[in-house]
Amino acid sequence: MELKTESKLEKIFKSGHLAVTSECGPPRSSDPTHIIEKGRLIKNHVDAVNITDNQTSVTRICSLAACIHLKNEGIEPVLQMVTRDRNRIALQSDLLGAASFGINNVLCLSGDHQSFGDHRQAQNVFDLDSMQLLQTVRHMREEGKFLSGDEIKVPPRFYAGAAANPFGDPFMIRVPRLAKKIAAGAEFIQTQCIYNMDRFEKWMEEVRDRGLDGKVNIMAGITPMRSVGMAKYMKRAVPGMDVPDELIDRLAGVEKKQQAQEGINIAIEQIQRLKEVKGVAGFHVMAIEWEEKVPEIIESAGLYPRPEVD
Amino acid sequence: MEEIWEMVRQHKNVTVFGCNTCVAVCHQGGNKEAEILASLLRMKATREELEIQFVDSGIERQCEHEFFEKAEGLLQNSEAVLSLACGIGVQFVATKYPKTPVYPALNTTFLGDVIAPGVFTEKCQGCGDCVLGATGGVCPISRCAKRVLNGPCGGSANGKCEISREVDCAWQLIIDRLDAMGKMENYEKLSSLKDWSRDRAGGPRSFKLEDF
Repeated sequence: MELKTESKLEKIFKSGHLAVTSECGPPRSSDPTHIIEKGRLIKNHVDAVNITDNQTSVTRICSLAACIHLKNEGIEPVLQMVTRDRNRIALQSDLLGAASFGINNVLCLSGDHQSFGDHRQAQNVFDLDSMQLLQTVRHMREEGKFLSGDEIKVPPRFYAGAAANPFGDPFMIRVPRLAKKIAAGAEFIQTQCIYNMDRFEKWMEEVRDRGLDGKVNIMAGITPMRSVGMAKYMKRAVPGMDVPDELIDRLAGVEKKQQAQEGINIAIEQIQRLKEVKGVAGFHVMAIEWEEKVPEIIESAGLYPRPEVD
Repeated sequence: MEEIWEMVRQHKNVTVFGCNTCVAVCHQGGNKEAEILASLLRMKATREELEIQFVDSGIERQCEHEFFEKAEGLLQNSEAVLSLACGIGVQFVATKYPKTPVYPALNTTFLGDVIAPGVFTEKCQGCGDCVLGATGGVCPISRCAKRVLNGPCGGSANGKCEISREVDCAWQLIIDRLDAMGKMENYEKLSSLKDWSRDRAGGPRSFKLEDF
């Protein structure tokens, strides 16, 4: 097994296992207790945990510091990094800092526009975009150099990831865009939350037709619905989200206090169905502020216990 | 010149199109400059042994519809247009002829167009390093909320930007243009990292003609 990095996630994929990751949002406070508790809840059920980077442009504990808290708990972190808030100097600096703490995974994103967050008047940066950040991560690792061309004595060795949305617009570039991210250096992909299973499977078919599943590890994004209200909201208001009516009808068809459980059942069924789809290399379970349910989903979907790779 | 040559050399018939107002005042893109540039390109084509017809022409303003009347026939029949207008003019021509490749002959450094009398929209940030040749004549620096060079970001929905349903997604426009021109293969080319030192990041800018 030839490994390019120290990443546990890379080892999981290269050992041929389906990987399982989850995601935690850091608190809006200098008290780290909350993120540490969330990490402990899911520690044994996942291979790695993503820490979001000021998600929805709301100011929080920085992703890097929160990753260090998880690392101290023995959890493998995935550093999410958005290009919205930092220029190439700060991004490379944070990559060095993260590597110095033994953080091995980075997920490269552009980030939501600041007009959604708590600082609408902020200047954004976007010196690089998500693909250029991927190129940067790979350049530092492979060439041992900064973007300036200067040498890095001990280069950071990150396992590089990116997001993909099989449901976004325009539809015609959904697969070419994945190819472009792979060309930029993506080694693993976490997809947008999947609800329209037929459309996802169609996307995977096109991904396989271009042989892209052999070039990148694609993790299917799973987010359990907590209520029919959440499903309707996601359909209506969240850009790039494809929520079919039949899913809404199914949630609406059960009693209100049973809807959360029904949402979890749906998530488990989705994972079981997607396990059979060729090219799906793992699952990224994003239970937004509902981390306590992640173990149940992962156990019921037959993804527990997690394999030992170290 | 090399940069312009690389954009136009694939064509057989290019209209070198001057704009006779702002850029002419700057001695960069008027009808006279179009004539000179066309001559240089003809010489270049001869040296490279390529048969390319360079027709030079121009109008008063490439950022308002009414001035296009006298060149309508010429432009309709052009395989490609090399525009000496500012970045705004290049994008205006591109919008007017959805299936015609339009290339910038200038790196616009500092500026909106007049889409209707009294209506102005930002189309160029004067970044000093024009990418319109690669983006189908739609500028992602000024028209994408995140200035992404490899878009669209995850927030594009129904052709609109995530920040507002009133704002067009620049990358949807770019992809529509590339598709209309039959150039979708360009989409998968990774854009190089932007040199922002030619933008405001390099400090306040000025431009001086050496021999004026």
